[in-house]
This record gives sequence, structure tokens and C-alpha cells, in this order.
Amino acid sequence: MGDWIGDLTEKKGVRPLLGMTGIYKHFPGVKALNGVNFRLFPGEVHALMGENGAGKSTLIKVLTGVYSIDRGSVELDGRQVAIHSPRQAQEAGISTVYQEVNLCPNLTVAENIFIGREPRAFGRIRWKEMNRRAERLLRERLQLEIDVSRPLADYSVAVQQLVAIARALNISAKVLILDEPTSSLDRGEVGQLFAVMRKLKEEGLAILFVTHFLDQVYDISDRITILRGGEFVGEYEAASLPRIELVSKMIGKEMEALEERPKTAGSARGPRELLLEASGLARQGAIEPFDLRIGKGEVVSLAGLLGSGRTELARLLFGADRSDQGKLRLGDSPGTIHSPRQAIDEGLAFCPENRKTEGIVDDLSVRENILLAMQATRGWLRMIPRRKQEELADEYIKALNINPPNPEQLVKNLSGGNQQKVLLARWLLTRPKLLILDEPTRGIDIGAKAEIQKLVLKLAGEGMAVLFISSELEEVVRVSDRIVVLRDRKVVKEMIEDDIGQQQVMRAIAGG
Amino acid sequence: MRIRKHHLFWPLAMLAALLLFNLIYSPDFFSLQVRGGHLYGSLIDILNFGSPLMLVAIGMTLVIATGGIDLSVGSVVAIAGAMACLTISKGSDQGSLGLVLSAVGLSLVLSLALGLWNGLLVSGVGMQPIIATLILMVAGRGIAQLITSGQIITVTSDSYGYIGSGSLAGLPFSIFLVAAVFAAAGLLTRRTALGLFIEAVGRNPAASRLAGIRSRYVLLAVYLFCGLCAGIAGLILSSNVSSADGNNAGLWYELDAILAVVIGGTSLTGGRFYLTGTVIGALIIQTLTTTIYMIGVPPEITLVVKAFVVLVVCLVQSEAFRQALVRRWKTRHYPAEREAAKHAS
Repeated sequence: MGDWIGDLTEKKGVRPLLGMTGIYKHFPGVKALNGVNFRLFPGEVHALMGENGAGKSTLIKVLTGVYSIDRGSVELDGRQVAIHSPRQAQEAGISTVYQEVNLCPNLTVAENIFIGREPRAFGRIRWKEMNRRAERLLRERLQLEIDVSRPLADYSVAVQQLVAIARALNISAKVLILDEPTSSLDRGEVGQLFAVMRKLKEEGLAILFVTHFLDQVYDISDRITILRGGEFVGEYEAASLPRIELVSKMIGKEMEALEERPKTAGSARGPRELLLEASGLARQGAIEPFDLRIGKGEVVSLAGLLGSGRTELARLLFGADRSDQGKLRLGDSPGTIHSPRQAIDEGLAFCPENRKTEGIVDDLSVRENILLAMQATRGWLRMIPRRKQEELADEYIKALNINPPNPEQLVKNLSGGNQQKVLLARWLLTRPKLLILDEPTRGIDIGAKAEIQKLVLKLAGEGMAVLFISSELEEVVRVSDRIVVLRDRKVVKEMIEDDIGQQQVMRAIAGG
Repeated sequence: MRIRKHHLFWPLAMLAALLLFNLIYSPDFFSLQVRGGHLYGSLIDILNFGSPLMLVAIGMTLVIATGGIDLSVGSVVAIAGAMACLTISKGSDQGSLGLVLSAVGLSLVLSLALGLWNGLLVSGVGMQPIIATLILMVAGRGIAQLITSGQIITVTSDSYGYIGSGSLAGLPFSIFLVAAVFAAAGLLTRRTALGLFIEAVGRNPAASRLAGIRSRYVLLAVYLFCGLCAGIAGLILSSNVSSADGNNAGLWYELDAILAVVIGGTSLTGGRFYLTGTVIGALIIQTLTTTIYMIGVPPEITLVVKAFVVLVVCLVQSEAFRQALVRRWKTRHYPAEREAAKHAS
């Protein structure tokens, strides 16, 4: 059982509007929610925090009736309820606004707000009445003055977000769930949204807020509930929970328990030959301008919470996304990288975060997957002879200990860890100068994890530079020569060997 | 048991079943006669009349493997035939080899250009393949009409007629064209890395891009090839009847071709492709058509019969359906006995 700080029931004399106790939800092989508690009081903004796989989205889906729970109780207004469908949730007064606005962009603002519940007279829709009501709703509750008869697509994502909220409010919401509403908004728009949230809060609405941005959590929330790996970590008053503690609870490391990393002989290495230099590189909405230099044989890690811009930064370096400002220089070649192919030709390699969707080609064999990048650089005409293919596949299957050691096995039949090794093999075969690994150890078993960490150090020893991205601090600290810390889509700190320790890194991640 | 796992098992079994039906129903189905050095018989007809479909389906296989589709092949068939016949009909000596060769060359270049158009729309503009090729499917009929000025152009050229109705070593010449294209497709995709790239792009475009495959060129190549295949098919068809009909030549070929590809085991979602399977699929469709005519199904319901057989073929090939059937069978029969066996053990 987690922490309960500040019992509001007694202090304020109010009862929670929503009380979820001991919620269990298991999927085959996954305990998505394992005895989670969650309370929501009227007139508060409550942040739900946790890293990937913590159970946030499952909890929201349970609350909105998408999933039904295995065990536990849900009370709304002091009455036991069972929510079996999204419709029931809506009728009970629970409304959700998702990260991706799910309205119809081709309908007008007013239509979007009233769709399915249009004011009618004699069977026909009273358009004027509908527009007037929509205008009033937006003006009075959201301070938004717009032409409601224009298509939703004519407005920015921020306004669309507010329209989605208006729609939710119009269905007489008592509980409003905002699932990462700010992820595609700029600073000014976030301010606008927060003003609206504060006003709604004063009107007595209970708001559940999910975000990855730490600053925003402290800006707007009254209380915070933390989940980790499907478990309830605790419920806290935002004002009395220091950032660093929040982060350590999210990633599951107590400050006291952190060990310092035994210093390696790394500092003995001399100045390195510069391999890659990014200056002022940026992409709107993905990552703010950053500078980064990586030398030969160096292991640089990107640390930060999920959504802090780690993956976005890596994708810019590899040309998977286009930068819209700044410069990127690789070795001696001037100019920027425009495509993955160009990056590969310049000696880069990139194992993406989503193994399944962006890494492996699941219907092809292990051999074909391993050879894909090397063959791509050779072009379609110069096919690697079959016997050579088999030799190379066998060599890397052995070197990386891929199991089962059968090059003709389809990659989809392998475990996550072995799929990751197949991807590593694919890139090692191209003999890259810089290997970018985005969460290479996520979701794979301990043994494979250790093997991959060892491999990273071995490769660096042989002169390959590695850019390593991981959510696991311990791992980051163990393998890196240098750590670049990101927060809220900005590079906030660079730490070199001597001040690398889990505590320091965590402090930098938490910031503030 | 292992042989049933092979991807060609079910297509071959279907073809065998159709042939067996014919053997029982009309014993002279398999008889071959030699007349004037040429072989005659139903089997030869199936190969000859089936050759345009086999060609179009081979091209279609590669397009479908990239996760795309080419609806315009029927129109390209018509355009290629129209172009060749127009060129020949304009000539003074319709039988001259030079004229026929230039007509063939011209319409093949035109087919490649049409393939390029499709390829550019899909890979350059980024249009969805079904929409991109729908444009040429509709507009192509108009282009064919334009070439033939809305008439049916008839040619009297033995050299041109050879493509569709001549024979070589006793067999229809068109079979050799199919064999050549089939071999070329096989070599291009399996002796170079093109096949691997096609399968990778078709199965997972995002991963292929990050692995450095320039999918744009891969897509361009398959649509070009598909256009060329349709062009050759158009030559065979128009040569066989010594005329070009912009309206009806190659009508609904795209649908039969897609069907042949699917029966051959290539998935419409892209990825792994099977050229041999496709050829067998095309043969199944052609055999079915011939069979329906031979057993004298009234013309007004031939399509219904064909649709029904195709449905059965697809169901039998579906592993999920077969398993469901087996489960049904097992649970329906003697449940008490199974119950007893459980207790006994």
C-alpha cells in the first residue's frame, strides 16, 4: 500500500467526488493495474503521473468504461457504480478529452459541440439556437470568442482542444479527464488552457490531468497520484512534494538507495576526435534548439522522462525527421542530413524506440532482417551472395547470442530481446561510426539487457561512438561517458564523467 | 504433412480439383491433337487464352507486394493494343516485320510511360495506390478510345497475328512470352535485392525507410514493371483477334489479376509474394472460365457460378476457415464418446 499524505476527508470536510479503491485489471501476462487507489475531489486539478507502462492509460480507460475492472470498487458521489461502457461513463458525468482531438474537423464548431444532442423543433435542427448556445458556452465558460459556424479545421489545435472541452462540459460533466492535452500546444496556448482549467476548477469541476511536463504539473495541480508498473505509489499534495521526490517515485529509485557509480578509467582517455556536431538544431513542436558534440568512441546518453524530447533529438540527428533550423555536421562532410539513407551513408545507425513498428520487418527471416541495412547501402543490383549472407547472419547470431540460432526463422517468432539483437546486428553489419540506440533495453529480460549494455561498452572501446537513450537511470549512469539531460523538450544540462551519479542526474531531470 | 504447409499446396490442389472435375465431366478435355504441326486441345487453349491474365497478374503481384494495387492494368491492356493496331493500320504494308516491330516497340514504351505515371503518383505525390491507379483506370479507357477514334481498328498482318495466335515448337507463342516475363520477374526479384526491398517496403515502410531503403525507387520500379506486363498482355490480346477495341479489350482484367495474386498466396496487405503461386492462380481462373463454357452453363449465370467457385477456392485456402471447419466437425460428432474417453484415461 502506498503513501497517503494529507487526508482531505477530514481536513476539508468534503467527500471525494470519485473514489476508486483497490482496482485490479489484468491482461494476459500483464498486471496493468494492481490494487490502485485514486480519489478525485470537486474543485481540484489532480495530476496522474507515471512512466511508460505505469498504468495511467489503463486507469483512465477503466474510468471511462473502455475496460471493465477485475476487482475493486468505484464510487461516484458516494454511491457504488459499475461503469461498463463509455456511454455509461458519460451519463455518470465523466467526460474525457484525449491527446488527439477526436472531433470532426469538417463540421462546424457548433455542430461538434452539439453533435447527437442538437436542439430540435418539430424534428428539425434549430441551427440558430444551436450556434447561439455554442457561442454562449464558449464565451462564458472558456473565455473563447470565435465564429462557431466555421469548420473546426479552420482553428488551431489549441482552440480545437478547447472546443473538445466545451463539448465535454456540455454533456454536464462532473469529472473532466484531460489526457495529455498540452502535448501539441505552444507556451501561450498552454497558458490559455490553464486559465480555463482554473476557472472550471473554481466552478467545482474535478479535473484529472495527465501530462509528461513536470513544470505544468506544478503549475496547475493541487494533488498528484503516482503509479509505477501498475502499482499505486502514493497520493500527495503537490505543494509538499519536491520535484526530485516526484521523479524518484516515478522511476522507482529512493534517493538514499542510490549508489555512486564506480569511476572507470574513462577520464584517462585523451581528447577525442570530433565525430558529430549539432549547433542550434531544432524542430518545431519536437525539440527546442540544442547543441551537441559527440566524439569518437564516446558513449553519450540522453536522460530525461518520457516525452522530454530524447527520441525527437535522436530522430533529427538521423534524418528520420527534418530539422527546421540549425546545423548538423558529421565528420568532415559539411551540410545537414535530410534522410535516413544519407545518415547511413555518413556512418550513422539508429535503433528506434518502437521495435515492432519501425525496426523489424516481422514477416521476413532473421537473416533478411540482419542484412537489410547493409543491402540497402549496396543498392538493389549488387546483391550480397546467398552464401555470404548466411555466413554473416550466422556470425552475428553467434556473436550476439540470438536465440533460436536459426537464420531462416521469421523475426516475428522471436522474443523482444532477440528482436532487439537482430536490429543491433543489422546496424553493426554496416560498421557505423555512431550508433544511436533508443531504449534498446525496454521490455526485454534482464539477461539480454546486460548483454546489450556490455556490447555498448565493448563497441565504444573499439572506437564506435554510441548515443544511448534509456529511461533507466542506473543503466544510463553505468554506460555513459557523458549525459545530456532533457526536460520538457529542451536540453537542460550536460554532465561529464565526474559529476555523473544517479542523484545528480535525477536532480537535473527534475529541475526547478 | 509438411507438403501441406508449402505455400503452393492449396493453389495446386485447387487446380488439380478443377482438372479432375473436367476429366470426369468431359473425358476429351485432356485430349491433344496435332494438326499441321500445332497442338490443339482444351489444355492448350487454357494456356493460350490465359497468357494475358498470367502476364498482368505477374506484374500485379509485385505491386501488391509493396502494399499497393494497380487498377489501371485493364485500361493499359486496351491502350497498348490500340496503339499497336493503329500503327500497323497506318502502314502501307501491314505484314512487314519492321512495321510490326516498331508498333510493338511503340506500345511497350507507351505502357512503360503509363506505369511511370502510376508510379510517380504513388511514390512522388504520395497518393494512395487505389486512387492513383483508379485515375488511369477510368481515363485510360478514354485514351484508348481516342487512339482508335472510337472505332474498332482491324489489322490484317500475319506478323502481328503471330504474337497472339502463332505457335513455336508446337506450342502457342504467347506461352513463351509468359515464360520469358516470368523468368525475368524471378531473376529481377530473387537474383537481385529488389525482391527483399519490395517485401520489406510492403510489410513495414517505416522500418524500411530507417534501414536506408529508398522506397520511392522501389515503388517506381514495380509500377513500371506492372505497366510493361499489361502492355505485353495487350499486344497478345489484340493480336489474337487482329483488332483493337478500346472499350472492351482487357475489361475487368484488374479484378481477375488481383484474384489470381490472392489465390496464389500473396497477401493484399503487402510483404511476401509468390510469383509461381500467381501463375497457378491465373491458371485456376482461366480453367474455371473454360470449364464453365464447356459444361454449358447458361451465359446469363456464368458469372454467378464463377463467383461461387472463387468463393469456395478462397475459403478452402484460408487456414482459419479450415481450422474452424475441423473444430466444428470434431466437436459436433460423438461428444459423449469424447467425454467417455476423457474419463477413461
